[in-house]
Amino acid sequence: MGNLKILTFVCNWCSYGGADQAGGLKLVYPESIRLVKVMCSGRVDPQMVVNALRDGADGVLVLGCHPGDCHYKEGNYAAQNRATLLAPMLQQFGIEEQRFRLDWVSAGEGERFSKVVTEMHDAVAPLGKLHLHSRSTSEVA
Amino acid sequence: MSEAKPKVAFYWCASCGGCEEAIVDLNVAMLDVAAAIEIVLWPVALDHKYSDVEVLADGEIAVSFINGAIRTDEQAHIAELLRKKSGLVVAFGSCAHLGGIPGLANLTSRREIFRMSYHESPTVVNPQKTEPIPGGQCEGKEVALPEFWEQVHTLDQLIEVDYYLPGCPPMPGGIANAVNAILTGNLPAKGAVLAPDKALCETCGRRQSKDPRTRIAKIHRPHEIEADPQVCFLEQGIICCGPATRSGCGEACINGNMPCSGCYGAPPGVTDQGAKLLAAISTLFDAKTPEDAQALARQVVDPAGSFYRYGVPASVLARTIEKE
Ligand code: SF4
Ligand code: SF4
Ligand code: SF4
Ligand code: FES
Repeated sequence: MGNLKILTFVCNWCSYGGADQAGGLKLVYPESIRLVKVMCSGRVDPQMVVNALRDGADGVLVLGCHPGDCHYKEGNYAAQNRATLLAPMLQQFGIEEQRFRLDWVSAGEGERFSKVVTEMHDAVAPLGKLHLHSRSTSEVA
Repeated sequence: MSEAKPKVAFYWCASCGGCEEAIVDLNVAMLDVAAAIEIVLWPVALDHKYSDVEVLADGEIAVSFINGAIRTDEQAHIAELLRKKSGLVVAFGSCAHLGGIPGLANLTSRREIFRMSYHESPTVVNPQKTEPIPGGQCEGKEVALPEFWEQVHTLDQLIEVDYYLPGCPPMPGGIANAVNAILTGNLPAKGAVLAPDKALCETCGRRQSKDPRTRIAKIHRPHEIEADPQVCFLEQGIICCGPATRSGCGEACINGNMPCSGCYGAPPGVTDQGAKLLAAISTLFDAKTPEDAQALARQVVDPAGSFYRYGVPASVLARTIEKE
């Protein structure tokens, strides 16, 4: 299970700070977690999520500021609304609900960052790698 | 027929016949087209044999218009044959372009389709549990059926496609323009979609009524309310695919007071029409709590079917993962 990849988007203003603090405190978290910094959780277009899953991510985690704290005021509400509709749609494609999650981590929450990403890893690990079907016809029949 | 006329083929794969109808709908214009070309294959209208195509030289057909998605080996075989014999191949209509309505079958599996169609459908009586198989012996003779593949494909997942004519079906004006462009050699770069680059919302007459501050408090399905024919559908809480659909149909559905369901596919710059639409619509939700967001999300009865109605096979995820 060592080669699981969980793409984790962290917003610049809160969650990245949380990840940074986790690093400063030398908290341990799973190596499957791959961080990508974005300006805001509201910047994470669902196209980025499906592309990540197609390109080898076994799970996608989006972390933003707590409700009311978004640097851009409403970005995390947009993220919440999208995630709430994206989750059932991913399930229609057979992608288990554990493989996609949105949560909140503030800049001072190093501990919480480590807890949330570890939970995410532990939820995806039993499912194993994500195997999407190829789109080309060469693997059919 | 004169030697100089370009040879043209029309073919249908997993298709409803609407694209064939669209060609016939060219009406009088069709007569001009028919006078300018030599049709070498058109199973729905004319009595050619596949062997008529097999004897042609490679590239001898000027252009093949292929509609319908690909799900059987017979469709794949003819599409490959036409590719070999044709200078140009045009994916005609949403099914060939994106997988289309038959592509929605990628949200289930071959096993489920067979289970429902041959065993569990209330109108089926099948005590011997017969299912189609690709071939075998029957009363001492070899019989063969096209093999039904695991998933539905777009035409360009099978063969190289030169141009795409979008729409379910393509609009007559678009077809006529494409045919003229081909006959006069006045074509854009290979791989182009033969329709404008703008999104439908940019050309829609209702766009002025769109208020950027609008939030949707309730989603209505088109049959549930009488839509105001002047006002943007999204303003009225009706899902409209205009924000992530290519223009070129002349706002056909909007003018009939129905929301766009996305048949012209994604405009340039959008890699996944459904994910883009999901973003455009959910961002409008009037919700700040998880509960309110849930309540609205639940009102979108079939997200994949609503946002990828014509394009599951062309989408990034392409089909449902079948679980053992
Ligand atoms: S694109 Fe539409 S009209 Fe054409 S074959 Fe497919 S379903 Fe029928
Ligand atoms: S969402 Fe639909 S009704 Fe509104 S402007 Fe766009 S295409 Fe027109
Ligand atoms: S309005 Fe939308 S669904 Fe209707 S014809 Fe145009 S692109 Fe297709
Ligand atoms: S800036 Fe952190 S969620 Fe918007």
